Amino acid sequence: MAARLVFLGRLEDAAGCAEREVAPGPLEAVLGTLEPDLAIALLGERVRMAHNGVLIAERGGIVLGEGDELAFLPPVSGG
Amino acid sequence: MANTVRLLDAVLDPARELALFHAAHAESGGITSFLGQVRGQGTELLELRHYAPLTLPGMRDLAQLCQSRWQLDGMLILHRTGQLAPGEPIVLVAAAAPHRRQAFAATDYAMDHLKSESWFWKRERRAGTWQWIEPRPDDYAAVQRWG
Repeated sequence: MAARLVFLGRLEDAAGCAEREVAPGPLEAVLGTLEPDLAIALLGERVRMAHNGVLIAERGGIVLGEGDELAFLPPVSGG
Repeated sequence: MANTVRLLDAVLDPARELALFHAAHAESGGITSFLGQVRGQGTELLELRHYAPLTLPGMRDLAQLCQSRWQLDGMLILHRTGQLAPGEPIVLVAAAAPHRRQAFAATDYAMDHLKSESWFWKRERRAGTWQWIEPRPDDYAAVQRWG
């Protein structure tokens, strides 16, 4: 079973899809398999991440397990 | 008093929702409400996306925060998702309170936080082209004034 990346807002355009299945592993290794432009967009300073639905405070040390979901959340705009 | 917080993927009927809220808070001193709707001015269609694990829980926390900050009888926060045409309601916030100042402030606070701190992403189609919308500096300034 793979892990899943979810792209919100403008990151969906950068990825060309709303979600993508990837091989599990450390985040750096996962990002290394993506298009360089997309990886750079995902690491943007204003992009937050949620691992299995929980916001991450520190980006270091994220490891995606089987079936995990990592969402990339750019600046929001509601209301 | 319990808060009413919902995400709607179909039409938001403000008159009906406010009538229900008024009925639930018939003893309150006052009720304020704010209705946000899709601006015209060249927008053909607006789309609101959300992230289910965070969006509704975040809206519930916001309602709870309003309750802890002001003396309220109840909060109503309804937000649309999906595609909307100009003139359609996007968001309805209402606060019932013993006194008007609390109700005004809680509604204002909830709207400021929905605009720039809740988990929604908005894009609009203008002249056939979709573009993502990011909060304006004004929106960040509005939320910062609450400290």
